[in-house]
Amino acid sequence: MKALERLARDPNIRAAIHDAEADSNAVWQKLNRRTFLKLTGLAGGGLTLAACISSGPAAVTDEQPGDFAPNAFISIAPDGSVLIYSKSPEIGQGIKTSAPMIVAEELDADWADVRVEQASINPDVYGRQSAGGSRSIASAWDQLREAGATARAMLVNAAAESWGVAVDECTTAASFVMHEPTGRRLSYGELAGQAAKLRVPDKSTLTFKSRDDYGLIGKRISGVDNEKIVTGKPLFGIDQTLPGMLYASYSKCPATGGRVRDANLDEIRALPGIRDAFVLEGNDIVSELMPGVAIVGDSTWATQSARARLRIDWDESDASTDSWSDLAEQAAALSNKQGATVMREFGNVDEAFTNAEQMLDAFYSYPFVSHAPLEPQNCTAWYHDGDMEIWAPTQRPDRAKDNVANVLGISKDRVTLYQLRVGGGFGRRLMNDYTCEAAAIARKVGAPVKLQWTREDDMAHDFYRPGGFHALQASLDSNGKLSAWQDHFITFTHDGNKPVPSGEIRDGEVPEGLIDNYKLSQSLLPLGTPTGPWRAPRSNAIAFAVQSFMHELSNAAGRDHVEFLLELMGEPRWLDPGNARVLNTGRAAAVIKLAAEMAGWGQQLPAGRGLGLAFYFSHAGHFAEIADVSVDSDRKITVHRVVVAGDVGPIINMSGAENQCQGAVIDGLSTMLGLEVTMENGRVQESNFHQYPLMRMRNSPTVDVQFIQSDFAPTGLGEPALPPLAPAICNAIYNATGHRVRTLPLSKEGYSV
Amino acid sequence: MGRLNVNGQERVLEDVDAATPLLWVLRDYFGLVGTKFGCGGGYCGACTVHLNGKPIRSCATPFSSVDGQSITTIEGLAAIDGALHPLQEAWVAHDVPQCGYCQAGQLMSAAALLARIPSPSDTDIDTAMSGNLCRCGTYSRIRAAIHDAAEAMQADGGEV
Ligand code: FES
Ligand code: FES
Repeated sequence: MKALERLARDPNIRAAIHDAEADSNAVWQKLNRRTFLKLTGLAGGGLTLAACISSGPAAVTDEQPGDFAPNAFISIAPDGSVLIYSKSPEIGQGIKTSAPMIVAEELDADWADVRVEQASINPDVYGRQSAGGSRSIASAWDQLREAGATARAMLVNAAAESWGVAVDECTTAASFVMHEPTGRRLSYGELAGQAAKLRVPDKSTLTFKSRDDYGLIGKRISGVDNEKIVTGKPLFGIDQTLPGMLYASYSKCPATGGRVRDANLDEIRALPGIRDAFVLEGNDIVSELMPGVAIVGDSTWATQSARARLRIDWDESDASTDSWSDLAEQAAALSNKQGATVMREFGNVDEAFTNAEQMLDAFYSYPFVSHAPLEPQNCTAWYHDGDMEIWAPTQRPDRAKDNVANVLGISKDRVTLYQLRVGGGFGRRLMNDYTCEAAAIARKVGAPVKLQWTREDDMAHDFYRPGGFHALQASLDSNGKLSAWQDHFITFTHDGNKPVPSGEIRDGEVPEGLIDNYKLSQSLLPLGTPTGPWRAPRSNAIAFAVQSFMHELSNAAGRDHVEFLLELMGEPRWLDPGNARVLNTGRAAAVIKLAAEMAGWGQQLPAGRGLGLAFYFSHAGHFAEIADVSVDSDRKITVHRVVVAGDVGPIINMSGAENQCQGAVIDGLSTMLGLEVTMENGRVQESNFHQYPLMRMRNSPTVDVQFIQSDFAPTGLGEPALPPLAPAICNAIYNATGHRVRTLPLSKEGYSV
Repeated sequence: MGRLNVNGQERVLEDVDAATPLLWVLRDYFGLVGTKFGCGGGYCGACTVHLNGKPIRSCATPFSSVDGQSITTIEGLAAIDGALHPLQEAWVAHDVPQCGYCQAGQLMSAAALLARIPSPSDTDIDTAMSGNLCRCGTYSRIRAAIHDAAEAMQADGGEV
């Protein structure tokens, strides 16, 4: 069927996940200033476009001659101000604060002197510039430290030269170089001009601070854009304006893949405030440009109200016909069959099952969900003189340029993209469909255009977290020890062979590697709905099934769950030594113990109240969480507290790190409580927040977070705190009531908050 | 034609569809983009502004229905001299935002709450703030920041 083939050959969706999760910094080179200027076009007073922007946060530079800019991250002015460029998109993960903190630490700059700006999009200069996979810190750690240490070394050299003293007699602190024997000091600003004339030192000569010397890393630093946020300054994609800018809406078929047969364009064009209405055929790539009707007008409201009058006759012969209720039925029918394909098998599961003291089986399922970032998709584009300029809130800016070039059939070097702050990512904006739509509309219109999706557009045209089904079986031996594990995973496919993006179980997903006898099989159901990465892809859903079933097992064995999980971890060992993306059982055991201690594990609780524990490892983060939950006789639940114990190596910004964990808990809870995307006749049935009820403040629990700051290199925090939350809550519900939740969202099993 | 007083300034609108929600008048016609669009249906609170001091959803308020009245937006929350409102200071001190997109609406709801109840309880806060979604889940920091701002304002003699 065409709808499935289209998604199967989509070049961007799987690549988005791959890019997000790859440490592709290979192209980063140490560039001298001349090359840097050539590549970024920063010479001669910055991008000339600065003059054209009436208001808005386009990324431009205000570097002046005489500034000390030893690399693409740092520019120090004679007045002592330190400008640090942040290369990654800011999507709420706090990278615009934490990455510059790393630079400033090695530079030994006073944070009060630091100003941060969004870097231009130029992977030749900066290496990886996307926000996904919790990789932004891990992949840039060395690069950022080098950038800071290089500048510091040059400032020290400049000072030593001007004092005529040895370099190793000089020290630095808070934006000053000091010569202690003589008590002399010079500020970085005073040294800037001289340092700018020096040669950039070789990387091998650089010295880095040890963790004990950190003065900034690990502190609580308030986000660098916070003042702008709280005063309502233009900052986000949606805030971009240009002189003479028009506004656009874009209507696509609610069933993915439908084409425009006919539309009442003349009637729409005649409406007040409307400049034009036209059909775009698109390139049949769902993550780029699908067919639809563009309406262009003088204001957002003009296009939105005209849209209410728009009548489109859709040709749905190649469109999705998915029905979630049918798919769920098909999956249930497969649950007691063998999986179609054995994906991985270790040991001898069948033999272990035969010798088992106890066997357990259970069928778990979870629904499709939407990203629903609070800022609906939008993008501003201006096509002039053969060049396409784009202002976009995207998680993957360089790929957006490829996508736009592909859609328009122009070369990528004619596309410039200005990265704007993103009002929530969660993986949605790793796809750049809205960017392509804005570009295609702008080229047709020949004036700057802002495309604005509605919330309804956003819910209807997502790359959803796929639902899934797990028919689990496991055995316990006579010691109550887990002896074998089998998962028949029922998931979806576009091409009949591979699971849909984010709908697979990857190598090493917990509990693989921890159990001698392990078997994973898979069955595939055809799907025409687009799927994609959603915060902690795969793990966000699999953890619920796996870690709830673990608790069923420890209960069946009559054992304490902390003790059961610690036994499962066994001796402290790194399953693939040196590979941060692979479980380290010692780190796992440590966070499980810490969570137990934080939560007062083992305490007596009143009837109807329970603690639930779950552990998960994903995105290089080890996390254990314990939820304290009460359930009343109407299945109304109260989450009193959630404790989070995590190990992602050293913490960069303690404030941001805690915020990410708290947010992940709220996100996990919000999603498991009542969020579900359903499709009928290829159409997503939920349209806005009344049908997709994100959690509100009155239901949000206290979340206490502690980190084990191990000596491993730091890894990211945007995702790994999310997966353990759902099973921790379900295990607590079981401990409070004896009822096992096997289907999400909780509202389906009659629970409410 | 319509007239609005926005953040103390008289504004005149000509040739604008009377049904246009106040949200889009603020954003597209007045260039006050601090007020955000989240849902357009009154569910999320991202578009919260004050109408004569009371919080309203500007996405669900045709501008013609508030003709001649006083509107305060996030751009008008700080004092004329630029001194931040105690809530804005508390938001920065607590590092409340993640993506930050909901925060203008959160601040406007919180400011209306403190004008009505100078020392709110947790329940007061939850009730007043439950029309505002935060997709990133910054709720506990919002609560803490409101308590801090309330204390700071009490110490300052209750001036708003
Ligand atoms: S945009 Fe007005 S309530 Fe959501
Ligand atoms: S901070 Fe992102 S929606 Fe609230």
